[in-house]
Amino acid sequence: MPTRIQKEAKKENILLNMGPSHPAMHGTIRVMLELDGEKIVNSEVEVGYLHRGFEKICENRTYFNLLPYTDRLNYVSPLINNLAYVMTVEKMLGLNVPERAQYIRVIMNELSRISDHLTCIAAMAMECGAFTVFLYKIKAREFIWDVIEETTGARMTTSYIRIGGVKADLHPDYENSLKKAINETRKVLKDVDGLLSKNKIFLNRTRDIAVLTPEEAISYGWTGPCLRSTGAYYDVRKAHPYLVYDLLHFEIPLGERGDNFDRYYVRMKEMEQSLRIIEQAMEKMPKSKRPSSLMADGMEPAKAIKLSRKKRVEEKIRLSPNLRGSEKEVYQDILTDDKRYIIPPKEDLYTSIEGIINHFKFFMKGHGIRPPKGEVYFSVEGGNGELGFYIVSDGTDKPYRLHLRGPCFHIVSAMEKLIKGRYVADIIPTFGSFNMIGGELDR
Amino acid sequence: MAMEKKKILEELKRKFPQEIKETSTLFRDETLVIDGDSILEIVTFLKNEPYEYTMLLDLTCVDYKGQEPRFEMVYHLFSLSRNHRLRIKTRLSEKELSIDSLTSLWNNANWLEREVFDMFGIHFKGHPDLKRIFMYDGFEGYPLRKDYPLRKRQPIIPLRK
Repeated sequence: MPTRIQKEAKKENILLNMGPSHPAMHGTIRVMLELDGEKIVNSEVEVGYLHRGFEKICENRTYFNLLPYTDRLNYVSPLINNLAYVMTVEKMLGLNVPERAQYIRVIMNELSRISDHLTCIAAMAMECGAFTVFLYKIKAREFIWDVIEETTGARMTTSYIRIGGVKADLHPDYENSLKKAINETRKVLKDVDGLLSKNKIFLNRTRDIAVLTPEEAISYGWTGPCLRSTGAYYDVRKAHPYLVYDLLHFEIPLGERGDNFDRYYVRMKEMEQSLRIIEQAMEKMPKSKRPSSLMADGMEPAKAIKLSRKKRVEEKIRLSPNLRGSEKEVYQDILTDDKRYIIPPKEDLYTSIEGIINHFKFFMKGHGIRPPKGEVYFSVEGGNGELGFYIVSDGTDKPYRLHLRGPCFHIVSAMEKLIKGRYVADIIPTFGSFNMIGGELDR
Repeated sequence: MAMEKKKILEELKRKFPQEIKETSTLFRDETLVIDGDSILEIVTFLKNEPYEYTMLLDLTCVDYKGQEPRFEMVYHLFSLSRNHRLRIKTRLSEKELSIDSLTSLWNNANWLEREVFDMFGIHFKGHPDLKRIFMYDGFEGYPLRKDYPLRKRQPIIPLRK
C-alpha cells in the first residue's frame, strides 16, 4: 500500500528512506523524505519497529510480575520507569513508604535522569562528529552505573524499586562511589560545556534549527526538557510533587528559543540540578538501622530450618549474598509495614509459619497484590518528560488495562513539522536532541 | 486547593447538564463521564479560557468486553495555568465505533488516535490520515481488544517449520 508521502510527493522530487536501520538513527525509526535537492519538502515518520505489545503483556501478568517489563521501556533510565509504575500502584493501594526508601528512590531517580541526559547528549554530539564528547559522557555514565549496579545488582534491567519501597538498602559503601560519580560527572559536564557550548561547528548545526514555540510544543504534548527548552515552565516534580521533592531545593532550567541547542543546553543544566538534588538527598536521608556485621555471620540456613521445627529461631541467619541489603533488620527502613504488599523477609520465610503464609499469599495466583476497583493515572518526571501510567483495576491480581504515556511518543510526533523545510543534515542533530528511545516510543 | 478543584467539576456539570452524565473523584483523580457526541464541544470549551486545559496529556481506550457499551475512550487533559489534570471518559458502543477526532485541537491527537485505531479499531471522524501506527498494513484484528489472544502470531514472513 502506498504511504501518504508516496501519494502526495511531486514527480520531480526524490523520495528517500532514512532508517529504520541507519547508522545515525540510534533506534529503529523510519523517516521517509521527499527531497528537492537537499531540502526536505515533506516527510513521514514511521514508528513501531520495536513494538513488543508491552500493554498486552502487562494485562496478562500480575502486578508484581510485570515490574521487569517496565525496565525495558526507557532502557537508559529503567529506575524511573520502575518508579512511575510502582507509584501508580501505590496510589491505588494508598501505601506509605518509609522515609529512607523515599530518599533512596530520589537518589536513584536522579542518577537515572543524569544517565539519560548523558546518553542523549553523547549520541547527539557523536552524530555531529564530536566523538570526544561521546567518550567523555559515556565515561561519566559508567561511574553512575557503577553506583546503580552496586546497590541494585544490575546496570540496566534493575527492577529495583518495588511496590511498597525498594528491593534492598543502599550498598554499605555507596557514599564513596556516589561521591566519586558526582565528582566525575561534574568534571565531564564542565569539559563538555567547554567543548560544545561555544563550539562554532556544533552551534551551526544546532542554533535556530528545528524551532518550536511553547504553544506548539504544548499542542504536541511535549513535556520534560524538550518542552522546557521552549520556555514553557512545567516539571512534574514541581507541579505535582511526589516522594520528597518538595523538601529539596532545585531549579528548573528553561530555554529561550526552543531549538536544538536549547534542548541540549537545558539537559546540561538539568544534570547539574540533579547532582544538587542527589547531594541534598544524601545529607537529609535518615540513617539506616542496618546491622554493622557482615552477611557471612549467622546461622546456616539449613540449621535454622531444622531448628525452626522445634522452636522459634531468634538468632541471625546467614543469607545468600544475593540478598544483601534486604535483611530482616532493614525491612523497616526500605519497605512499607503492610504485609499484604511485600515479600516477607527470607529469615521469616525459612523459619516461621507466618512467613510461609505471607509468602504464599503474595505469590499464589489469584492472591498477591489486588488493588481496589477503579482507574488511576499517575506520572513522574522521566528523562524525556512526563512518564505516566494509566491503570484500570478490576479488583483481581492483574491489571485490567495498563496504558503508558510515553513522553517520546509525543515528542517524535512533532518531528515531521520540525524538519520540514530544513536540510537532510539537520535531521541528525534534531533527532539526537529528542532522545528518542525505541522501547518507550513503540512499547 | 481541594475546594477549588471540586468547584471545577461542579461548574462544568452546571454548564453542561445534558452532556455530562457523571462526575467523580477516585484516588484523587477528577473524572467527567460525558456523552460521546459532545466530546468536541466540551473539550473545545475546556481548552479555552477560563479553564485553559491546553495540553492533551493522554488519550487511550479500554475494552470492557461483555459490557454494553463496550469501549471506553479516556482523555487526560492538563491545564498548565491551573496546574490541574482532568480525565474525561466516554463510552462507545460496538455497533457504532466512531468518535470525533481531536486533531483540530491538538497536534499530538494525530498519533494518539492512530494508536487507538491500531489497537482497538475505533474510527475517528475527521482524522486526516487514520492508519495503523505500531502494527503493519495487513495486520488482522486489533491486538489490545480482550478477545485478541495473547500468543497469536501474524508474521509478515512465514515462520520456519
